[in-house]
Amino acid sequence: MIEWILLVLLTIGVTFNFLASIGILRFPDVYTRIHAATKCTTFGTIFIVLSAIVYSIYRWLPEHNNKWIVMGIHSLLVLIFLLLTNPVGAHAIGRAARRIGIKPYASVIDELEGFYDEH
Amino acid sequence: MSLITAFLWSLIIYLILTAGSGSILLWSPEELIAGVIIAAIIGYATNKIMGEKFSYFFNPKRWLLLIIYAIGPLFFAMARANLDVAYRVITGKIRPGIVKISPGLTRDESKTLLANSITLTPGTFTLEIDDEGNFYVHWIYVPEGKEKPTPEELCRYLPKWARWIGE
Repeated sequence: MIEWILLVLLTIGVTFNFLASIGILRFPDVYTRIHAATKCTTFGTIFIVLSAIVYSIYRWLPEHNNKWIVMGIHSLLVLIFLLLTNPVGAHAIGRAARRIGIKPYASVIDELEGFYDEH
Repeated sequence: MSLITAFLWSLIIYLILTAGSGSILLWSPEELIAGVIIAAIIGYATNKIMGEKFSYFFNPKRWLLLIIYAIGPLFFAMARANLDVAYRVITGKIRPGIVKISPGLTRDESKTLLANSITLTPGTFTLEIDDEGNFYVHWIYVPEGKEKPTPEELCRYLPKWARWIGE
């Protein structure tokens, strides 16, 4: 039973990380690649970490050994810091790319055109 | 008052990080004593730096709303975002553009929350915020005729939640 839950969580996680890798290769410019690199890796890694949490809860239940609590709580902290830091990194890369003047590929509208000349 | 809140929050964070170290509930006596001393030092040291921001940051209502938001609406939006990006990866259908929205948030904290949420949700990521609080967002698929979207058209219920939690 527990193996199946872990298998499902890990499959979802690995699938999204795999799609993100394809996206990075396939998309045309830096901005669209950031889309693939942030969203899918965050979501995929969340599921991989969730499987670690489920496993630690499962091992903790029969024997009440403290080391599984440590593993579960630290995995949870990994999850929180991942959610906090990943968007910030994406924002920093995108902003730096726009600042040095990389134009978005085939864009239908660009509100930032000329923004950095004034600021 | 802010001294006590700072002390309590430092102590809680310390206890979370060291859970599972011993046998008094979950902690060893050494960790408990060290936690109290370190939390007292941190509470005293940050008291003057943070000042009035403590009552804003460590308001339990905000944290409760933030947890509800992270588990419910944000997770659902992230799931949709990932299916959307997966679809774009496979089909290659993109119509990118940088659009501008004015969600009308005033505090830095709520702006940060909304910008992070926008980056994690369907087809959008925040590039720049200017001094008036306008967001410049890269949108991977701009629908026809929506080159000047309202915040709700771009990211649905997220600005509403950012206002509830942060303002």
